[in-house]
Amino acid sequence: MRLPPVPGEWLDRSVDVSFSFEGKTYRGHAGDTISSALLAADAGILGRSFKYHRPRSVLSMANHDVNAVCQWGDRPNVRADVTRLQAGMDLAAVNTFGGLKSDKASVLGSLSRFLPVGFYYKSFHTKRLFPMWERLFRTLTGLGKVSFNTPHIRTAKRYGFCDVLVIGAGPSGLAAALAAAEQGAEVVVVDENARAGGSGGYVRGGFGPQAEQLADDPLTRVLAHPGVRLMTETYAAGYYADHWVALVGGDVLTKMRTKSVVVASGAYEQPAVFRNNDLPGIMLASAAQRLIYRYAVRPMQQAVVLTANQDGYRAALDLAAHGVEIVAVLDLRLSSTASEPELAVKARGIPVLPGHHIVEALPGANGKSVVGAIVAGRGKMRTLACDGILMSIGWAPAANLLYQAGTRMRYEQSLEQFVPDTLPPGVFACGRVNGVHTLSARRLDGQRAGSAAAAHAGFGDARVITVPAEMECPTHPWPIVAHPKGKNFVDFDEDLQLKDFENAVQEGFDNIELLKRFSTVGMGPSQGKHSNMNALRILARLTGREPQQVGTTTARPFFHPVPMSLLGGRGFSPERRTPLHARHEALGAQWMMASVWQRPEHYRLTDKDRQQCIREEAMAVRQNVGLIDVGTLGKLEVIGPQAAELLERVYISKYANLKVGMTRYAVMCDESGVVIDDGVVGRLAEDHFYFTTTTSGAATIYRELSRLNTMWRLDCGIVNHTGAFAAVNLAGPKSRALLSRLTSLDLSATAFPYLALREGVVAGIPARLMRVGFVGEWGYEIHVPANQGATLWDALMAAGKAFALRPFGVEAQRLLRLEKGHIIIGQDTDGLTNPFDVGLEWALKMDKPFFVGQRSLHVIGRQPRKQKLVGFVLDAQFNGSAPQECHLVIDCGEIAGRVTSIAWSPTLGCHIGLAFVRPELAETGTAIAIRLTDRSTVSATVARTPFYDPDNLKQKEPA
Amino acid sequence: MKIMTCPFNGPRPVSEFFYWGEIRPMPDPATCSDESWADYIFNRNGAPGVKQEWWCHIASNTWFIAERNTEKDLVLRTYLFEEEL
Repeated sequence: MRLPPVPGEWLDRSVDVSFSFEGKTYRGHAGDTISSALLAADAGILGRSFKYHRPRSVLSMANHDVNAVCQWGDRPNVRADVTRLQAGMDLAAVNTFGGLKSDKASVLGSLSRFLPVGFYYKSFHTKRLFPMWERLFRTLTGLGKVSFNTPHIRTAKRYGFCDVLVIGAGPSGLAAALAAAEQGAEVVVVDENARAGGSGGYVRGGFGPQAEQLADDPLTRVLAHPGVRLMTETYAAGYYADHWVALVGGDVLTKMRTKSVVVASGAYEQPAVFRNNDLPGIMLASAAQRLIYRYAVRPMQQAVVLTANQDGYRAALDLAAHGVEIVAVLDLRLSSTASEPELAVKARGIPVLPGHHIVEALPGANGKSVVGAIVAGRGKMRTLACDGILMSIGWAPAANLLYQAGTRMRYEQSLEQFVPDTLPPGVFACGRVNGVHTLSARRLDGQRAGSAAAAHAGFGDARVITVPAEMECPTHPWPIVAHPKGKNFVDFDEDLQLKDFENAVQEGFDNIELLKRFSTVGMGPSQGKHSNMNALRILARLTGREPQQVGTTTARPFFHPVPMSLLGGRGFSPERRTPLHARHEALGAQWMMASVWQRPEHYRLTDKDRQQCIREEAMAVRQNVGLIDVGTLGKLEVIGPQAAELLERVYISKYANLKVGMTRYAVMCDESGVVIDDGVVGRLAEDHFYFTTTTSGAATIYRELSRLNTMWRLDCGIVNHTGAFAAVNLAGPKSRALLSRLTSLDLSATAFPYLALREGVVAGIPARLMRVGFVGEWGYEIHVPANQGATLWDALMAAGKAFALRPFGVEAQRLLRLEKGHIIIGQDTDGLTNPFDVGLEWALKMDKPFFVGQRSLHVIGRQPRKQKLVGFVLDAQFNGSAPQECHLVIDCGEIAGRVTSIAWSPTLGCHIGLAFVRPELAETGTAIAIRLTDRSTVSATVARTPFYDPDNLKQKEPA
Repeated sequence: MKIMTCPFNGPRPVSEFFYWGEIRPMPDPATCSDESWADYIFNRNGAPGVKQEWWCHIASNTWFIAERNTEKDLVLRTYLFEEEL
């Protein structure tokens, strides 16, 4: 029922919000949550429990339970207690059969004795029945329905920075924020509630806000302080290394990096365990207080208050002040502590029954409400009529983030609560989570923690503040009452009763982690916020241990479930484009990824298919001239007196004797002698080399060479020009004639021989040219500054018209180099390939003093070869489905190798390829069998490489 | 995310760094046995404890040594290789 306006309420009564729940239309106000609006409208029960489909209503009103979970259109599992009411919401309770009010599955409640704890595991024990049980469980239990048609939501990730992050804007958190800000720190305060203030706003103990709160309202001061940023409706979802805290608010995930953290997250009020403690109308005292002071909802008419601390008396006063008749206050403790609220309760003539507990709550005729409580104490039993029961028997620290940060917790006997024992550096705790419960003490504790946190972040000195000890124990160590008929719930998420724990322990699951997994306690959506502490107490008692010895389960992120839409999203995986990207695009490039680079695979011509295009591109290179962008190659420079020495040590060939103006093929091995990269080394001057690496190796080779140079301390420096230079390969019999139109360089074979390196001007652009033969034709690799790459390309293309120049892509290049028998590192080699395997003995100079991999190659060289990379050809008449890369070579029923490259060669008119085979199969002319995916075999013949131009005549001037 | 301190660029998120591995002195290839060479090449000490490791700040290509307690996940100090010679 809605109360008349309550000072401090969060409602805007001028705004009506219309919504529907279970097909019925209701009205709430702006500021309501779904639950508060439904309770204000006396809408009845809010949900059904997970397993037994028992009727449920508000328990914590704070996201510490999931009694009220709704489906809202596509959105499953909307938590009604804490979700802001929005106009037009169309809501239904989750997990019901035939609606919330008459859920047919509620029959499960009466079958519960046939569904003992662990039933799930036990019933899955037999494979035969597994599918049936699985279907049944998946149907009967569960939460919201996932819609596979949910539209894709883009969510933002933000990066935040601050000096001190305060988690929780209750009395201690606000005090901490203020203290830290006053020392000059930049402070961020987060709170999951719509407004800051925490329990300071709703634990009032009667009429207005408490007197001391009015005198000096910290919230006003925090809001006014320029050094504090307040983020409401935002929760700290997880703590990660070095004070990185995930903050979730609305549709935004903020990754907050802070110098220190103050955890002022408070405590979860804990339910008492007695029969039927889950009936609608039975709630935590703080839930009732939240309903009254935040949402102006009177939660009940006649209440029994079960307490074990002064918070319960305060709640009784709060209820009484808003027209609720307090039938009695039952105090689990035997003797009075004569606290102020207790005396005030007694002064109002409310019956106080010390040493009393609730044996059982009595359900109404329809089972959907509470109509009374059977209470016992001082040797007597009696029944009290009521329509609501408040539970205020104690607290469990909201220490999730403290645990995640690596805090060691200790069970403090005087408080019956776990408190931080050793906090990691830069992590501070204050308030209830720190075992400080009295309001004035929480403020002091906050100031202490805030000041210390600011000091840790480098702002001022930590003030010495003494926090007085608690006068009473706020938590009862055993708020649990056994009942032969059970239904005394410990975990409301998972419908776990006291006897489930007894059974689990009896079955041998007597360790907290085992108990959790067997019984599923704390594994529901509220992750043990209201159940873990009672479970721990039960386990401690059943095994005769102290809570400290039992310990807690591991707290992991997230604090509340975080929507997948916030966790998913765009990853950061950059793609690189060469300076010629737009040119390729205009020419119809079909793109492929080559490590991080986008490269043209081939250029699409409208009337031709992919295979035709590739073959034509290749034939253009063989017959006329082609142009390919090779700007993705790693392009490095090493300069200095010991530049040659560095190259001698990292490549398997010799470079000290390389003549200025010449290039040499270069192969790199790792320390175990495995081939990891190749390229071309060119010498520009005695102390100056320019060299290339593979496309995929560019970044890693540069990095590793830098490390080696750091370690060896050679007198030379390495520069990475990979992104700074554009590079093309102009190749084909007509390449020289074409290039001669654009440069004054002497291109004669004597002046610019094969493998020579020249610096000159091409099309007005300063360039480095290398005569390379990767594709097996006369050709030039031309490297120019990146910003002039497009100009060079355009000039070559324009001049090339007269020579039928065609741009060619990676596929044509792969075919051309295969015809020439050139290997591609990473395609024709793998993580175990050494130079001997791939016929690179000619490049291997074992007589050098040292190079990386040399010592291992010494050992490998002495061992018999295991494999050999050979060329092979298929019969020219072969017209079946050809083998593919990675198809196996089979010999006598055994795997004898695999295909690494294969293509149909338009030049040779047959399929050619490279394959690893056992050495005894490596002889030219040997027939090998290649097994296809469909297990059929194709026979091939080992052939000498190069397939094309074996005598390298194409690089020589025609006689 | 962990913070790693680059000797040149100061504290940065560890995602900006490349981890190479523990510093391992290379035995003299000319004199060592095949067995001790193979041990150097293939075996790593995985026992937790204080380790000297090669790390690289990728963006600035700065190689340095991080002294790390891998048991407690603490970076004890970072320094340039040259500084220790």
